[in-house]
Amino acid sequence: MIAVRDLSFRYSPETPLLQFPDFDCPPGDRLLVLGQSGSGKTTPLHLMSGLLRPESGRIEVAGTVLNGLNGKALDRFRGRSIGIVFQRPHFVASLTVLENLLLPAFLAGERPDRARARGMLEDLGVGAKANRRPRDLSVGEQQRVGIARALVHRPSVVLADEPTSALDDRSTDAVVALLERSAEEAGATLVVVTHDARLTARYPRRLDLCAQ
Amino acid sequence: MNWLLLAWRNLGAKKLSTALSLVLLAFGVGMVSVLMLAERQLTATFERNIADIDLVLGAKGSPLQLILANVYHVDAPTGNIKLADAQRVMRHPYIASAIPLAYGDNHEGYRIVGTTPAYPKHYAAALAEGRAWAAPYEVVLGADVAAATGLGLGDTFYSAHGLQDATDVHKDKAFTVVGVYGKSRTVVDQLILCNLESVWGVHGLEDAPREVTAVLLKKRNPLAVLTIPNLIRDTNMQVALPAIEVNRLTMNFGLGMRTLRALAALIVALSFASIFISVYDSLLARRYELALLRTLGASPRGVYGSLLLEGGLLSTGGALLGLAVGRLGMAALATFVADKFHYDLGTLAVLPGELALVGGAIGVGLLAAAIPGISVLRMDISKTLSDG
Repeated sequence: MIAVRDLSFRYSPETPLLQFPDFDCPPGDRLLVLGQSGSGKTTPLHLMSGLLRPESGRIEVAGTVLNGLNGKALDRFRGRSIGIVFQRPHFVASLTVLENLLLPAFLAGERPDRARARGMLEDLGVGAKANRRPRDLSVGEQQRVGIARALVHRPSVVLADEPTSALDDRSTDAVVALLERSAEEAGATLVVVTHDARLTARYPRRLDLCAQ
Repeated sequence: MNWLLLAWRNLGAKKLSTALSLVLLAFGVGMVSVLMLAERQLTATFERNIADIDLVLGAKGSPLQLILANVYHVDAPTGNIKLADAQRVMRHPYIASAIPLAYGDNHEGYRIVGTTPAYPKHYAAALAEGRAWAAPYEVVLGADVAAATGLGLGDTFYSAHGLQDATDVHKDKAFTVVGVYGKSRTVVDQLILCNLESVWGVHGLEDAPREVTAVLLKKRNPLAVLTIPNLIRDTNMQVALPAIEVNRLTMNFGLGMRTLRALAALIVALSFASIFISVYDSLLARRYELALLRTLGASPRGVYGSLLLEGGLLSTGGALLGLAVGRLGMAALATFVADKFHYDLGTLAVLPGELALVGGAIGVGLLAAAIPGISVLRMDISKTLSDG
């Protein structure tokens, strides 16, 4: 569940104030946040994940009001309750694919579930690559492992930042379907931030940042 | 999955730079460790052998040479003195005890020294087998001599003239081994002892005025140090104080030690730079990774700790490797020194100073990681992610 009210943000006192419309997303539902490239789409995503602090307003994610958390509690909350799919998947290069999947639970202070991590890799068709380094994988495979990492520790909310910008139509459909299916299985709320018009049709619940 | 594994994997991912840091630190620590061991061994060996010898009486020449030759048995003697002259000093009321030494020849490079039973007793050398010498041409072997030459009870051998070579062998009189000392960790281990008459006999001096090479003296009265030199002013004799001569020697050593120590410090400084650069590089190359760890829930301290762990692992490995290097170096040195001087540099146990050294090296590694690592504490994750 996500509820955002009167949200505004500025990067520094010299830069203009960015204001965001109020929006809600019920548990297990999906929301598409649309915006042009360079319009600061990533900003609301980072605000929702607590990587940035708002200038004003109230952000509630999975029943927790982020504004009230201190740094350490925020890090912990982010680790436990939020999964992030990055535009270009990044990994800890020195760890294997499987080890990268064990990281979220470890960093959130929980016991990594090795069987679940393996199972997810199998489901996403990259089970054979579990013991390889991430750089040995193709971009498509990396994207799938990135999705697995965002969901492996069963977060309440998954935030995806331009997950399809580097993909062609066919891969886009496949990746988005995978993302949605995985989020659904994990019972997670899915927020996709994108400028990719190919996705609009799939999401009844949309927030268009350009419209304001 | 844990921080240790992560640090380990990260070190493994940059093998060249890890190896460079390890090698530099190992050599720095190894050098300091060799210096510590060598200094410790030399001092201990020197002190053990001085053992209560206040004065050494011998022929005029370099006092240091007199000491080295007659207390440590590493240099050539300064010459011989007449026993009759020496006895004037030995019987002086200020002298508590006197042990005469007569340098004979050598056997396979091991010195044959004619002396009295007081000499092995002075060094607490106990017989491991056989008995003490009782008649001329009976010898008792030091433990190392017995081990090196393979001589045992009842064996006989001829001595070779001089202290080192075997070119001029005295074939007329054979020595018989009647006893072997146990290891005493003193110069006795490296000597072949017999009575004075044996040495005089080999050189056909039975009828000539009897000579000794030196007399080890223990004083009864502190004034001996002032009185004895006066007493022998007009002879060809001199007295030297082992404590003073050894002090002079170690001061000369000290200069070399200081130079080596400075060199070792330089190498440790280089390894500091190497670890610093290694961690700094990782930081630049892995900024996005570190931001990723933060995004996945790691606290700034956790990420900082993982960098410290990298530096700590690296320096612990380097320091332990250094101790091993130090021991290898010391073993090589001991072999060399024992070969050259029949000297034993002994054990390779870890010294308390070395523990401090290892601690210091680990501290250096942690510091080298801690300084560049500070930037992760202030990292702007959002910006780093957007830049990545």
